[in-house]
Amino acid sequence: MSKVRFLIARRVVQILILVLFIGANIYGWNILEGDLSASYLFGFIPLADPFALTQMLIAGATIAFDIALGAVIIFLFYAVIGGRAFCSWICPVNIISDSAAWLRKVLAIDDVEHRKYLGRNTRYWMIGIAFLLSSIMGVAAFEMVSPVSIIHRGLIFGFGFGWGVVLLLSVFDLFIVRHGWCSHLCPLGGFYALIGSKSIFRVKYNVDKCSSCMNCVNICPEKQVLNMVTKKSSFVDNGECTLCARCIEVCNDDALNFSIKNFISKEK
Amino acid sequence: MPISQRRKFLLKTAKAAAAATVGGLVWGVIASESRASPLALRPPGAVDDFLQTCIRCGLCVNNCPYNTLSLAKIGENVSYGTPYFVPREIPCYMCEDIPCTAKCPSGALDMSKMLNKKSEPNINEAKMGIAVVDHNNCIAYWGIQCDACYRVCPLMDEAITQEYRRNERTGKHAFLTPMVHADSCTGCGMCEHACITSKASIIVLPRAIGLGMAGTNYIKGWESSDEERLKDVSTDTTTKTDRSKKKVRDYLNSAELFDE
Repeated sequence: MSKVRFLIARRVVQILILVLFIGANIYGWNILEGDLSASYLFGFIPLADPFALTQMLIAGATIAFDIALGAVIIFLFYAVIGGRAFCSWICPVNIISDSAAWLRKVLAIDDVEHRKYLGRNTRYWMIGIAFLLSSIMGVAAFEMVSPVSIIHRGLIFGFGFGWGVVLLLSVFDLFIVRHGWCSHLCPLGGFYALIGSKSIFRVKYNVDKCSSCMNCVNICPEKQVLNMVTKKSSFVDNGECTLCARCIEVCNDDALNFSIKNFISKEK
Repeated sequence: MPISQRRKFLLKTAKAAAAATVGGLVWGVIASESRASPLALRPPGAVDDFLQTCIRCGLCVNNCPYNTLSLAKIGENVSYGTPYFVPREIPCYMCEDIPCTAKCPSGALDMSKMLNKKSEPNINEAKMGIAVVDHNNCIAYWGIQCDACYRVCPLMDEAITQEYRRNERTGKHAFLTPMVHADSCTGCGMCEHACITSKASIIVLPRAIGLGMAGTNYIKGWESSDEERLKDVSTDTTTKTDRSKKKVRDYLNSAELFDE
């Protein structure tokens, strides 16, 4: 149980948020209504996706006060506290991505073939393309094709052919690239990695307790963020860390833990 | 041959650029396909650049008490994730407090698009679409008595009136036919929903598609307000072409006339 405590917590949070959104649509609950693009918390606190809003700005849209405020709230939350936690605690695609990665392990797909088709920086290119297409087409370009929106919105408002995207992502992550969408392609994840890179809530690694078993690196969906493991104690500072806490729960030596980064004492 | 660092770098850049181009093109094609949805009916108060302004949050859909609105799914040929309604299934029942528009956080649905003469938001001022009658299949135009659309219209005798005409075929009956008036019609679609023919003979279209435009060559001289349309019209009546830049005499004297 302690090996999956954060995993369970994350699934609970992910599903709870979906249930609140679905309840708002079907039963008219007003705890959290709308979807991940824009919503109202408790009926009056606006929340909005800062990446979607940036694209709309680039596309030349007139931005209303509510979504502007909502985007600022979300931006500040992840920039100051949450880091890239959206990806592993909120986003429903994470469930698909994690399941596919787990199945890859069960089916030993990684042992059969270990070729790298995609660089992890592709997502930053995707952000660039999203902005470029938004300015050319005059609409928020990523929102038109985003698997995150398609799956999330599909669960709340009905899928249509959106099931195809679930299948596409599952097959892609399962057979082509491990964590292919979430850790390589998704520009929304890239966006949160950029804005959340200086957040105070971080995983902290302690080399003195570490027995170098590499469990953490093996389970991590963004292995590059754990480059200090076996070398030196430090915070996991890379913005690409999604704070999924898989490393913390698989560690048998208590060498990894959540911690608050103290900017005043310059602690390293 | 050893591969130099420079060559490696150039190749890597070319690879990335190629992938970005291919991906961007595919993405652009999918996105532009999903952008085109000229026939979709939008909720009341939709602004002109609706697709650009709508953030696709579904709050209007959530707040529609009649489940009229739905959020476009993949494969429905409506710009993905935007709200729309199909009046033959569920029309807009024109709630007085307009909850869909009231809840919109992005300004894509705007109360100020529906102000009445007292500058108060009023659903009767909504312009979601325009009802269009197919008089070939409307049985009232055949001479059979039907006034379903006329009676269900929330703006009865304003948006739909009944026209009275003698039925020459029988010599003793009347045609009572529905007539839509664009300045009052909100496009709510209750007429389309109520129409008794097996495929509706009165349908709602977006106003940009359902309505023509007389242009500025003709005005209603008997209505002083119609003169307003001529306010910004240029009074210059000369057609400007390359040829008209020169004087007529130059043109007549040029060899151009004898080119053939």
